[in-house]
Amino acid sequence: MNLTLKIWRQKDAKSKGKMVSYQVNDISEHMSFLEMMDVLNEQLINEGQEPIAFDHDCREGICGMCSMYINGEAHGPDRGVTTCQLHMRSFKDGDTITIEPFRAKAFPVIKDLVVDRSAFERIQQAGGFISVNTSGNTQDANAIPISKHAADEAMDSATCIGCGACVASCKNASAMLFVGAKVSQYALLPQGQIEATDRVKNMVAQMDLEGFGNCTNTGACEVECPKGISLENIARMNRELMKANL
Amino acid sequence: MSGLFKSSIGRKVAMALSAIFLMIFLLQHFAINILSVFSADRFNDVSHFMGTNFFVQFLLQPVLIFGVVFHFVMGFMLEIRNRNARTISYAKNNGSANTTWMSRNMIWSGLAILAFIVLHFIDFWIPEINTKYIQGDVSGLLPDGNFRYFEELQHKFENPIRVGAYVVAFVFLALHLLHGFASTFQSMGAGSMRRAKLQAFGKAYAIIIPLGFIFIALFHYFNH
Amino acid sequence: MSLNSKIPQGPIKDKWTNYKNSINLVNPANKRSLDIIVVGTGLAGGSAAATLAELGYNVKAFCYQDSPRRAHSIAAQGGINAAKNYQGDGDSIYRLFYDTVKGGDYRSREANVYRLAEVSANIIDQCVAQGVPFARDYGGLLDNRSFGGVLVSRTFYAKGQTGQQLLLGAYSAMNRQIARGKIEMHNRHEMLDVVKIDGKARGIIARNLVTGEIERHSAHAVVIASGGYGNVYFLSTNAMGSNATAAWKVHKKGAYFANPCYTQIHPTCIPRSGDYQSKLTLMSESLRNDGRIWVPKNIEDVKAIREGKLKPVDIPEENRDYYLERRYPAFGNLVPRDVASRAAKERCDAGYGVNATGEAVFLDFKSAIERYGNEQAKIHNIKNPSKAKITELGAAVIKEKYGNLFQMYEKIVDQDPYKTPMMIYPATHYTMGGLWVDYNLMTTVPGLYCIGEANFSDHGANRLGASALMQGLADGYFVLPYTIGDYLSNDIRTGKIPTDTPEFDEAEKEVKERINFFINNNGSHSVDHFHKRLGKVMWDKVGMARNAKGLTEAMAEIKAIREEFWKDVKVPGTANEMNPELEKAGRVADFLELGELFAKDALMRNESCGGHFREESVELEGEQKGEAKRNDKDFAFVAAWEYKGEPADAVLHKEELKFENIELKQRSYK
Ligand SMILES: Cc1cc2nc3c(=O)[nH]c(=O)nc-3n(C[C@H](O)[C@H](O)[C@H](O)COP(=O)(O)OP(=O)(O)OC[C@H]3O[C@@H](n4cnc5c(N)ncnc54)[C@H](O)[C@@H]3O)c2cc1C
Ligand code: HEM
Ligand code: SF4
Ligand code: FES
Repeated sequence: MNLTLKIWRQKDAKSKGKMVSYQVNDISEHMSFLEMMDVLNEQLINEGQEPIAFDHDCREGICGMCSMYINGEAHGPDRGVTTCQLHMRSFKDGDTITIEPFRAKAFPVIKDLVVDRSAFERIQQAGGFISVNTSGNTQDANAIPISKHAADEAMDSATCIGCGACVASCKNASAMLFVGAKVSQYALLPQGQIEATDRVKNMVAQMDLEGFGNCTNTGACEVECPKGISLENIARMNRELMKANL
Repeated sequence: MSGLFKSSIGRKVAMALSAIFLMIFLLQHFAINILSVFSADRFNDVSHFMGTNFFVQFLLQPVLIFGVVFHFVMGFMLEIRNRNARTISYAKNNGSANTTWMSRNMIWSGLAILAFIVLHFIDFWIPEINTKYIQGDVSGLLPDGNFRYFEELQHKFENPIRVGAYVVAFVFLALHLLHGFASTFQSMGAGSMRRAKLQAFGKAYAIIIPLGFIFIALFHYFNH
Repeated sequence: MSLNSKIPQGPIKDKWTNYKNSINLVNPANKRSLDIIVVGTGLAGGSAAATLAELGYNVKAFCYQDSPRRAHSIAAQGGINAAKNYQGDGDSIYRLFYDTVKGGDYRSREANVYRLAEVSANIIDQCVAQGVPFARDYGGLLDNRSFGGVLVSRTFYAKGQTGQQLLLGAYSAMNRQIARGKIEMHNRHEMLDVVKIDGKARGIIARNLVTGEIERHSAHAVVIASGGYGNVYFLSTNAMGSNATAAWKVHKKGAYFANPCYTQIHPTCIPRSGDYQSKLTLMSESLRNDGRIWVPKNIEDVKAIREGKLKPVDIPEENRDYYLERRYPAFGNLVPRDVASRAAKERCDAGYGVNATGEAVFLDFKSAIERYGNEQAKIHNIKNPSKAKITELGAAVIKEKYGNLFQMYEKIVDQDPYKTPMMIYPATHYTMGGLWVDYNLMTTVPGLYCIGEANFSDHGANRLGASALMQGLADGYFVLPYTIGDYLSNDIRTGKIPTDTPEFDEAEKEVKERINFFINNNGSHSVDHFHKRLGKVMWDKVGMARNAKGLTEAMAEIKAIREEFWKDVKVPGTANEMNPELEKAGRVADFLELGELFAKDALMRNESCGGHFREESVELEGEQKGEAKRNDKDFAFVAAWEYKGEPADAVLHKEELKFENIELKQRSYK
């Protein structure tokens, strides 16, 4: 198929960017979206132009590196997939596809479609851990029984890949789903209880400091999240924060 | 505790608390107004009680006013913060793919309600205050010896433009609540088990109450 | 230089304990004045960085992604082994040790493997304490599965995302230390060279991938944890950025590279769909527990399928060739990874590949669906169930077991594997070879350590499923923190290492020259163009089955591609900005050298062992006719190569492998 691509080009963090149109032809429907981008880049290199910078690594939906806003949706129109898992069969011959970086004040653009998500790092550093020494002299793993239900639920929260699609698709650029998922994972496990109070306070404080918007429960994040992280995680974080303060 | 309300989540909780208060008030307000459809006397009695009871007038009323002001001021602050969180907007954004219109436009439905509230103050509240506390007439009576409340109510709903404005305002209120009700409980951390039920109840509330108010307005418009 | 593996004396089960009791320690106050660089923050590097920082050292860590959480360890699905014996099925440290050595086809070092098995149990304790949500049974205790054809259930898992959860655990431990200021984390940085002062590793040159700035970092010791080099094949299950640069650069500075030819080709990957393919996706090998692998018996059917005139489900049983069951009646579809992979290649080379590229075989769940369906009907007391009912019941069981894999397959291939057989083909997955290290995990350069997949590791010529995660975490949490202390105890009076020395000048100059060369070279082909050509030579001639002629040709061809690359590569953009093409150019330049050494090693090793199969070394008669033949007399050694300018000139050093606790046996799956 033949496609018109409208892509955000921005030289570096300081430059002003703009949308630029490109044409790609003979795209196979079996290609992944990023393979289509590879074709475009190869074409640009051969024409002596600068290829489009975009983040990607695992290309199998697990590293959370890829981050494109495609036709007005984070990771494109399909549900439960990352950009790298999106395939061209989701588009039609002759389509115009708009591709933009994830946008949020807390995710400044580095170049073209690449954004800086280090705000997520700092939130995790503020408390996204359990303070145990890595000495290996902890108690036997089976000394802490955990109900299957709690373990499974914690696992569901822990599957967040930190991609930032929740922020990108939220009209308020709020990071609540991401932070909620991390807070939830520990809140659901007995190991996480000891530091629960400080953890939620510190992580939320850091989240606010980073300039993310505030949740208004629109639910866009849940719909666009490639890993199906549910709004329940946000509700749980709200409870945890109230508990921590009362 | 004070730390809570410095955080974004804490403010949301405060917002939700004010909203819950407003929704309870709305229910009470509706309960009184609907009386006007069934019995002018009952309506007059209750209105007089509400209008002259010390507790209602000097405790609940200020709290209500504070609640409303708090709610929309917080709403504005929230909106400003949220707009600032994305400095460059998307060239193409497909919001309807993942959210409802109501959830994306709380500020607009809210502003419509605010406009209504202003109108409502001019219509009822300012004349009330004028009569009771400036002219000092707390009898609640008309010159003919009957209670004035029902009369005044009917009188207001003679003007089709005003009735139209009321109807539109309540449509916005319905839209505001269609998202707002469930949102409140999510903000308060209601778990998913409860949330499903709350959502259903919320939808019912958000439609029935405003519809009721619209019914009252139309009823009086056609029955005077 | 002769190789000294520094294996401690004494019986194997006491070696590690004795070692720990006799090494020098660094007192806490002194640790504060010692710096350690960790390159790579996957499972190995992440766990090492966290532990070293916690011990009190100043750690500087580097990764090329925007967060340590994105290292390729995140992609591991299956699980992690540990000799916990929670299931009471007879597992023990010895048995895990034995299985690993045997699985590695007797090409690993006994003492290291034993230590690995010994600390494995601690890993699970550690991870649970960190909040890793491993799967649990209904009693609330940890669940296990059996993995990779071993006889005990010792694999711990977290859904199909074990690597992710373990990495997030290590990442959280790192975050704690970053917050305390004990780890200085450099995301989006790529190490481009190591700096040696007086023969010791004392720092690195790194490029800031955002600004393009070339930075100098010094330390008292350098740890390489940069993962495997499977991307030398262009197509692999590795991440797009996985590379050999860090390992190769230190090789060029004196670290020996061991067994480069040992690669694992995983049999159950999703086949290539066209020339644009950028990477391959692995599907857990657990699928082979229930799937049956086949190709059509008749070549006409193959053609008809390729042309879309015939559906695989319409081929009757008698016209299907279940070639694994035919050739290996004892193990059938569950033969080890290397055997399954070669058998698929054999059929496809013979022309029986079932997709357009001719490189795919079927993995069919129909029998399993029927079998489970009948079973379920009995359990639910359904008399004379209809065929549709049986299929429905059976499909539900399959869904419960493999639902997420089926979904993943459907997303990529757009076919419903409940209805039509999956197509699979082998792909490069893991590299057992890597930098040679001694018992201390130190390379042949003093002060330069290597851990995780980047070292030549504990897996010999073949790695068992769920053992790479175990090794990475064992190295990082429990081994390196001891061994590096022994080395650093001599450095407590050294003081900070300055970076304004001639050695740093020299290294930085080299790095800059190379970058400028790429930017200024007015070539005509993209980096990928050369990478793809390299990959094709590697796959065709240094792939699943190798022979002397092909390997000799491969060496020459790779050299030729390399020379052409240096003349004709085209790198757009500039040096002082984010420039992904420039990053790739550097990586491919190194792959082009490594590839040749890889072929050279494969040529030298004229035996078949583990993942390395030489067509010249097969059983000539008897039941095992045509199967891999190991040659313990001549090849029971680790091949450690010393760099001498050109890859072809590399000098071989042998570390003889002694087996004192395990008897060597030939593998048989007939
Ligand atoms: C698809 C897949 C599934 C797997 N499943 C399993 C399984 O179920 N069980 C199992 O045991 N094993 C499995 N493995 C193998 C296992 O995941 C890896 O061997 C292991 O995770 C490697 O860990 P590592 O820390 O050594 O390297 P990696 O996790 O690859 O980390 C490498 C690190 O080095 C950094 N880096 C690389 N080069 C540079 C440079 N030049 N400068 C700076 N930083 C650099 C990277 O940024 C990264 O942080 C699987 C592998 C794959 C590909
Ligand atoms: C005075 C004018 C009003 C304005 C400007 C206004 C504005 C807003 C705004 C901006 C929000 C935040 C959006 C969100 O969190 O989803 C909000 C939430 C809400 N409003 Fe209003 N509003 C007004 C009046 C009312 C009234 C009269 C009611 C009910 C009777 C009401 C009920 C709610 C509810 C239930 C919420 C959701 C609270 C939450 O999510 O926690 N609002 N309002
Ligand atoms: S919650 Fe979902 S969308 Fe947000 S970062 Fe995690 S995986 Fe991405
Ligand atoms: S590239 Fe890893 S999730 Fe898309």
